[in-house]
Amino acid sequence: MIKKFLYSQKVAPYVFVLPFIAVFAIFWAYPLASSVEMSFQHTMLGQEAEWIGFDNYTKLMSDGVFLKAVTNSVVYMALTLVILIPLPMLFAVLINNKFMWGREFFKSTFFFPALTSVVVAGTIFRLMFGEMEGSLINSFLGLFGIEPVKFLKGQVTGFVALLALASWRWIGVNMLYFLSGLKSIPDEYYEAASIDGASSFQKFTMITMPLLKPTTVYVVTISIYAGLAMFIESMMLWNGNNSPKNIGLTIVGYLYRQGIEKNDLGYAAAVGIVLLLIAMIINITQLIFTGTFKKED
Amino acid sequence: MKKKWVIVMLVAALAVWLTGCGKSNSGGEKSVIDGGAGEGATELSYWTFVELHGQHFETMLKKWNEANPERQIKLNVTVMPYDDMHNKLLIAVQTGEGAPDIADIELGKFPNFLAGTPQLEPLNDVVEPYKDTIVPSRLDLYSKDGTNYGLPTHVGATVAFYNTEILEEAGVDYKEIVTWDDYKKAGIQVYEKTGKFMGTADTSATWQSGMMLAQQGSDFVDDSITPQVDSEQLIKGLNILKDLQASNVISTIAGGQPDTEEAYGEYNAGNYASAMMPLWFMSRFTNYMPDLAGKIAIAPLPVIEKGMPRSLGGGGTGTVVTKTAKDVQLAKDFLAFAKLSLDANVEIWNTLGFDPVNKEVWANKEVTHNPENKFVKYFQNNPFDVLNEMQDEIMLIKSTSASPTINNILCTIALNEIFEDGKDVAEALKSAQAQIVQELK
Repeated sequence: MIKKFLYSQKVAPYVFVLPFIAVFAIFWAYPLASSVEMSFQHTMLGQEAEWIGFDNYTKLMSDGVFLKAVTNSVVYMALTLVILIPLPMLFAVLINNKFMWGREFFKSTFFFPALTSVVVAGTIFRLMFGEMEGSLINSFLGLFGIEPVKFLKGQVTGFVALLALASWRWIGVNMLYFLSGLKSIPDEYYEAASIDGASSFQKFTMITMPLLKPTTVYVVTISIYAGLAMFIESMMLWNGNNSPKNIGLTIVGYLYRQGIEKNDLGYAAAVGIVLLLIAMIINITQLIFTGTFKKED
Repeated sequence: MKKKWVIVMLVAALAVWLTGCGKSNSGGEKSVIDGGAGEGATELSYWTFVELHGQHFETMLKKWNEANPERQIKLNVTVMPYDDMHNKLLIAVQTGEGAPDIADIELGKFPNFLAGTPQLEPLNDVVEPYKDTIVPSRLDLYSKDGTNYGLPTHVGATVAFYNTEILEEAGVDYKEIVTWDDYKKAGIQVYEKTGKFMGTADTSATWQSGMMLAQQGSDFVDDSITPQVDSEQLIKGLNILKDLQASNVISTIAGGQPDTEEAYGEYNAGNYASAMMPLWFMSRFTNYMPDLAGKIAIAPLPVIEKGMPRSLGGGGTGTVVTKTAKDVQLAKDFLAFAKLSLDANVEIWNTLGFDPVNKEVWANKEVTHNPENKFVKYFQNNPFDVLNEMQDEIMLIKSTSASPTINNILCTIALNEIFEDGKDVAEALKSAQAQIVQELK
C-alpha cells in the first residue's frame, strides 16, 4: 500500500511541491490573512479582540507621524534606487573589463560589507556620524575648517548617514547581480560592434544596458521592496526606534512602534497592510512599464 | 525499502527545519545566583535592564537564604537592553508564555503593563507590613485602582549637580543659586569667564519639563488624566529654559540629555557645569565620570519663584511578579524582603547609591554618612543632607496610560523643535498636544 502510494506518478508532483505550499501557507498566506483581519480590530495581545471596522484606517489617514514615516520610506527608497542601480552597474562593467587589474580584490572588497551584521555596522556608523568634534566624520570635516555637524539631528544630514550606510552595505551585492548578468552577454556582440566602429560608450548603451535589462528589472524590484521595508538600519543608527523629529522613522518602524512598543496590534496591522499596498502598487507599475508581463513575441 | 526510509528521513528533516525556525536564542546575559542556597532551593527567574539591580538582589538573596532555610531560592538573572527587555516582557506577560517570575519594569513603560487587565500579581498583602515606613507616592506609581503591582526602588528626588571646579574658576558660589534668575546670572558669568555652558537643554528626556511643571504644581495631564502639554505652565517653563539657551547659559548636549553615554563624556571632560537630574544619577558619576571625583556638589533645584517646591521624584523601576510565576507567594515574599525591608533599603543605598523609599534610612546617620561609602567619598556634600532639608518638597509627576505617548511625542518631536530648531514654544507644544490627542484616540 505504502509502496504503491510512494511510486504513484500522480501523487509525486504534489509531494514535491508540498514543502513550498506548506511554508507558503503557514508563513505567508495565514499571517497575511490574519493581519487583514486584525487591521479591522482593536487587538491587544492575550486579550479579546474587538471589531471596529475601518477605524484603524481612518485614524491612519489623519496621522501625521504615519505620513512622515511613509514620506521617509518612499524618499529613502527613491534615493537608494538613484544610488544603488547606476553605481553597482558601473562598477560591474569596470570589474568585468579585461584590462581591469585586481578584479578579485575589488569583488570581495565590495561584497564584504554585506556579510557584516547590520547591528554592528549601524552602531559603528552612529559613532562615525556622532555630533561631537571628535567623531570620525566631524574630525575629517574639521581638517577643512568645517564646524562639527549634528548629523543625526537633521533631516538631510540624517539621510546622508542612512544612505551612506545603505550604499556601503548594498553596492557590492547589487554589483554581483550585474556581474552575473554581464557574464551572460556573448563577446561576439562586442566584437561585431568593434568591427562596425562603435565606441566604448556606444557599446555600453547599445549592447550592455539593453541586455542587462532582466537583471536591472530584478534589482529594481528587490530594491523597491528593500527600500520600503527598511527598519533595522534606522533603528541602529539612532540607537532605538525614536529619532529626533522622526527623521529616521520608516513605515516598518512605525508598525513596530504601534504594535510592539505601544501594544496596539490592530493599528500596526493596518500600517502593515498599507505598506503592502504601497509596495505592490509601485512594483506592479514598474513591472508593467518595463514590460515584464508582456508575452514574448 | 531503502527509499521509503530516505523519504521518512527527508520528511523528518523538513519537520525539524520548520520547527527549528522558532528556536532562536533569546539573547541577553544570563547568570545564576545561588546565594548560598542548598539542594532543595526553588529557582526563580528575574529579568532586568540594569545590571546593577542584579547585584543588589545577590546581596539580598544571601540574607534571605540564611533567614529562610526552608524556603531557599536560586535566582536566574537575565540582563537585556532597555527597549528589548520591555518589548519581550510585554509579549511574554500577555501571551502567558515565557515570562520570568520576577521582572523590573521602568516607570515610563509601566502603564503599558497596566492596560486592560494587568497580567501581574497584586502585591498589597506583602506591602502592608512596610506601608508606614515607605514614601506612599512611590507605591501609587505602580498601582491601578488601589491594587499595587510593582515595588519601587527609589524616590529619585531630582537635584542639581554642580561642578564646583568650573564654578570656582568663574567665581560663582552654587549655594547662592535659589531661583532660575540667579542660575541665569551665574551661567552668564560662567560662559563669559570659561566659555563653558552652565547646563543642558534636554531634547530626548522630560526631566526638565517635569521639573518646571512640578514647581508650578502642574502636570502633563489634568485631574481627569487628559493630556495638557500645551498648558500655560509648560509653556512658561520651557520659555525660561529657552531664554537660558539664548543667553548661552544652557546648550543642547550630544545624546540629547545628561543620562547618555555621549553626555557622560561631555561632563567628564568638564564641558558642562551642572546637571538637573534625579539622585540616581549619582551612580552614573561614580561609574562613568571618574575624573570629576571630589568636584561635584549636590543642591536643591533652582525654582521660578522663591518658596516653590525644590524637587520632584524622577524615573523609577517597579519590580513585579508575573501571573505565570512558578511559586507566586515565594516570589512575592522574597520581593518584599529584597525591596521594602529596612535591610534592603540600606543595601539599595550602599550598592546602588539610590535614595531609598524607606525614610528611616534617610535619618540613619551611621548608614548615610558612612565614610567608606563610595558615594559619600565621591561627592563634596552628603546627598542625604540635601534630601532631608527638602523632604517635604518632593513633588510627583503622574504616571498614566497617556504617559508613554506624551513622552514619546515630547522627546522625539517637540523638544527637538524647540531647542534644536528654535521653534516657538507655544506653537511646538500646541502641535504636540494635537498629535498626542490624535494618537490616543
